[in-house]
Amino acid sequence: MKRNVILLVVTAAFPLLMDLTNQQFYIGFGTRVLIYAMAAASLNLVLGYGGMVSFGHAAFFGAGAYIVGILAVEGLRSAWITWPAAVATAAAAALVIGALSLRTRGVYFIMITLAFAQMMYYVFVSLKAYGGDDGLSMPGRSTLGFGLDLAHDLTWYYVVLALLAAVLYLLHRLVHSRFGRVIEAIRENETRAAAIGYPVYGYKLLCFVISGAIAGLAGALIANQASYVSPGILHWIQSGTLMIMVILGGVGRFWGGPIGAAVLLALEETLSGSDLLGPYALHWQLPVGAILLAIVLFAPQGIAGLAAKKRHA
Amino acid sequence: MLEVRGLAKRFGGVVAVDDVSLQVAAGEIHALIGPNGAGKTTIIAQLAGSLYPDSGEILFLEQDLTRTPLHVRVKAGLARSYQITSIFRRFTVLDNLALAVQARSGSSLSFWRPVAAERALFDEARSIADEIGLHEKEDALAANLAHGEQRALEVGLALATRPKLVLLDEPMAGMGPEESQRVIALIQRIRARVTVLLVEHDMDAVFRLADRISVLVSGRLIATDFPEKIRMNREVRRAYLGDEIAA
Repeated sequence: MKRNVILLVVTAAFPLLMDLTNQQFYIGFGTRVLIYAMAAASLNLVLGYGGMVSFGHAAFFGAGAYIVGILAVEGLRSAWITWPAAVATAAAAALVIGALSLRTRGVYFIMITLAFAQMMYYVFVSLKAYGGDDGLSMPGRSTLGFGLDLAHDLTWYYVVLALLAAVLYLLHRLVHSRFGRVIEAIRENETRAAAIGYPVYGYKLLCFVISGAIAGLAGALIANQASYVSPGILHWIQSGTLMIMVILGGVGRFWGGPIGAAVLLALEETLSGSDLLGPYALHWQLPVGAILLAIVLFAPQGIAGLAAKKRHA
Repeated sequence: MLEVRGLAKRFGGVVAVDDVSLQVAAGEIHALIGPNGAGKTTIIAQLAGSLYPDSGEILFLEQDLTRTPLHVRVKAGLARSYQITSIFRRFTVLDNLALAVQARSGSSLSFWRPVAAERALFDEARSIADEIGLHEKEDALAANLAHGEQRALEVGLALATRPKLVLLDEPMAGMGPEESQRVIALIQRIRARVTVLLVEHDMDAVFRLADRISVLVSGRLIATDFPEKIRMNREVRRAYLGDEIAA
């Protein structure tokens, strides 16, 4: 609890500090971290807690983003309508994709979720009315009312932070509830979970839909971040990025998603700039790959797992 | 209580279970014995719903369960334990049992209230841990238990669903004589409230516990009778028991 309060204070103070020191650029960077933290946390729910290796999470992230983008272009910009629409659309997509994919297991599940996400990617690439492969520019960020102007980066940061905090609180309640226990039991031993009376398929599907809905909300936010949606957000590389965040942070660890998102984006930010690596910055993915490899080999529980071990020692 | 008619299952060209008919009466301990590969586990799997039969019928408390999924049968009061230990290894003993209790008490579509705060679940889980002799291991991870303790938890998970009929698939597999005695005592204790269909290779246990015994050889039932009759049955002795048991 105490750690959570400290974390909240630090994340709340961060943009003020950046503003004071005239490094406003980092407010936008911080917002991106918060949004990806939400997306990675949603993936961690299915991947880490539910044991479902979904390699198509970009589909829900992207669906949420495109709904907000398309509605904005059509003149509908109220966050109160477009964000719930993004969540609902992502949930519906997760329901359909999950209902079909969850009939398979293991590698087949990975491949079929990947295939569905790629299908969505190609749908939006060929959707010329909404930008096709050029992507979709929105007239501006969503509107929220209450005198809050989301175009103002500081306000935008705090709105995203509030939503992330709410989502994480919800997830925290969820993984410790009866439902959360069942989801973890299914990950541990699906056959036995059925043999003590749980309809396994239904629980997995519901978990998948909840996760998809949260990814949809994160998508709605990322569309607003740059007021631009590109089909790249649906590409399998995006699914891979989310997965790397979760693995880096800690699969099935509560803080795994947020930590992974923060670390990966921070690495990208520092290594891809020419300050550190000079002309080699072009190849920033190489050191990131090495770090990921080290985590997988030496800390399979991710950074969150490493921290927990240290505390117990 | 349980009536099986003409059950059959083929795996490719191999006939695993061939026209098996069997009745288990309420309150009895019914043992199913036979040599390795006779099809005992295949029968258990079909009764529990892990496998569906190619033909035949399974009636439980006058309900046709032949094509009913596993989890629905558990709700109807038909639970199984596994020959190869199948527990939640990264859960504690208490969490294992509480999870099984949770499955039948109230809805698990509860997303808000912490499960750890539900005293009733854990009280009942504790009493089951007592019953299976794992009282002192409640907080141990299932993965860290000794083999005999894991086998006890295996049976405990089935009992925690509060079945009317429990299918125990070799509960004493790999146990020493002392541990086996404890399982025998456990089965004797629970028989007052649960009907038992027991698959077991430990003939000492089978003849001490069973009210009736069915003998399965190469997928066919060759006899169902009282233990003393089975002991004397020529065909059974030739096919499975040998002479030393009868002596």
